[in-house]
Amino acid sequence: MSQIPHLLVHEHADNVGVVVVEGLTAGTEMLVCVTHDNSTFTLTAKADVPIGHKVALKDLKAGDTAMKYGEDIGKIIADIGQGEHVHTHNCKTKRW
Amino acid sequence: MSKYSNITFHGFRRENGRVGVRNHVLILPVDDISNAACEAVANNVKGTLAIPHAYGRLQFGEDLELHFRTMIGTGSNPNVHSVVVIGIEPGWTKRIADGIRKTGKEVAEFSIEQNGDFETIRRASWAAKDFVHKATEVQREECSISELWVSTKCGESDTTTGLGSCPTVGNMYDKLLPEGITGFFGETSEITGAEHICKTRAINEEVGERWYKMWKAYQDDVIFAHQTDDLSDSQPTKGNIEGGLTTIEEKALGNLEKIGRTSQYIDILEPAEMPNSGNGLYFMDSSSAAAECVTLMAAGGAVIHTFPTGQGNVVGNPIVPVIKITANPRTVRTMSEHVDVDVSGILRREMTIDEAGDELIDMIRRTANGRNTAAEALGHREFSMTKLYRSA
Repeated sequence: MSQIPHLLVHEHADNVGVVVVEGLTAGTEMLVCVTHDNSTFTLTAKADVPIGHKVALKDLKAGDTAMKYGEDIGKIIADIGQGEHVHTHNCKTKRW
Repeated sequence: MSKYSNITFHGFRRENGRVGVRNHVLILPVDDISNAACEAVANNVKGTLAIPHAYGRLQFGEDLELHFRTMIGTGSNPNVHSVVVIGIEPGWTKRIADGIRKTGKEVAEFSIEQNGDFETIRRASWAAKDFVHKATEVQREECSISELWVSTKCGESDTTTGLGSCPTVGNMYDKLLPEGITGFFGETSEITGAEHICKTRAINEEVGERWYKMWKAYQDDVIFAHQTDDLSDSQPTKGNIEGGLTTIEEKALGNLEKIGRTSQYIDILEPAEMPNSGNGLYFMDSSSAAAECVTLMAAGGAVIHTFPTGQGNVVGNPIVPVIKITANPRTVRTMSEHVDVDVSGILRREMTIDEAGDELIDMIRRTANGRNTAAEALGHREFSMTKLYRSA
């Protein structure tokens, strides 16, 4: 890959990706890489998101399921726009 | 034959045939009140190592059995050349000393009652000095990679551990388990959300069912019995959340990357239990707290621990070298003194998981040959015993 990606996504079925660069700011046109097959696309970041934190790949509604690794990682509890930050303020465990 | 079949290292072959990568003379307290005498002996005799701990009095039932298993397992670990055991009274002291003697290694036991600290320390120091002379004359010899017992547990995980450092360990297991190494993974609570996958990674359905029962028992008997909230800040930890992990499900799926794509576990171990079903991968029922888990796996006989971290857990162990692997470039930038294997190139797509796995295998070989890990160089010797319930 000639360019370093901003965001990594595990599987094509995922609806969240992980920021892998420091200092990502809102408005950045992110290079997104799906690690499953190294395919890429671009997505605009809508918030300043710290390294390691997640970004929504599409609009998500309260009640939706967050998908990562192609698996259920919890429930969305507030509407999230594409490119926005996904974390404990809008996503919760379904377990405990 | 693969390119990994011919890897050798120079280790310490013990009386029972097991191979160690370190050569410690251990001063082992049976109980908390014998810590002072053990530390005094270790201070008197250079080249020995005391491992003080908090427990060993008025424990009973399964919790007491776990105490004995942890003590005996630690002393029996092939990274230990010989052991001086000191307890307050002779009964439990002898039980632990005799347990370690089954390996064939030299053990000297002392009890404090009717002697006092001074006389105990004097006699134990003579024994320790004798062991140091013997230990320092033992030579390393060439051993096959298949003789290594390698454990794993990750800590202060973040989203980069599931992307980089855990798959690196998984790739190592996928390559070395077929060569005959013995492996350990565990962290019972931390499989929650990936239990449907973990169950299918057993060698057969019977083992998978036993694994699932063990996992479910922890959910029912511990978490649901004691929880006051959704465990957020505990599991995942505050550090995990700072690093971007949101739920236990997300953390668990990243955690399970440590067993790679093809590795299957052949049996399930109680905490601190030694494997008894031959070479292969074992799941040890264990806490997900770093020092506790590494301590239990060391007591089970692991001689090298591979430790993926995201946010930068700094844990070490007194007898087992802990190799730190991170894929997080910020952690590499801010905490590099703790990092043995930097796989942050995976996130930049400059390094493949296969290449990262090979780098880890090379670091395992070098560590087995004697290279001190970051945790050893920095003096991290966390010895934390797991306790099941309050003492009597």
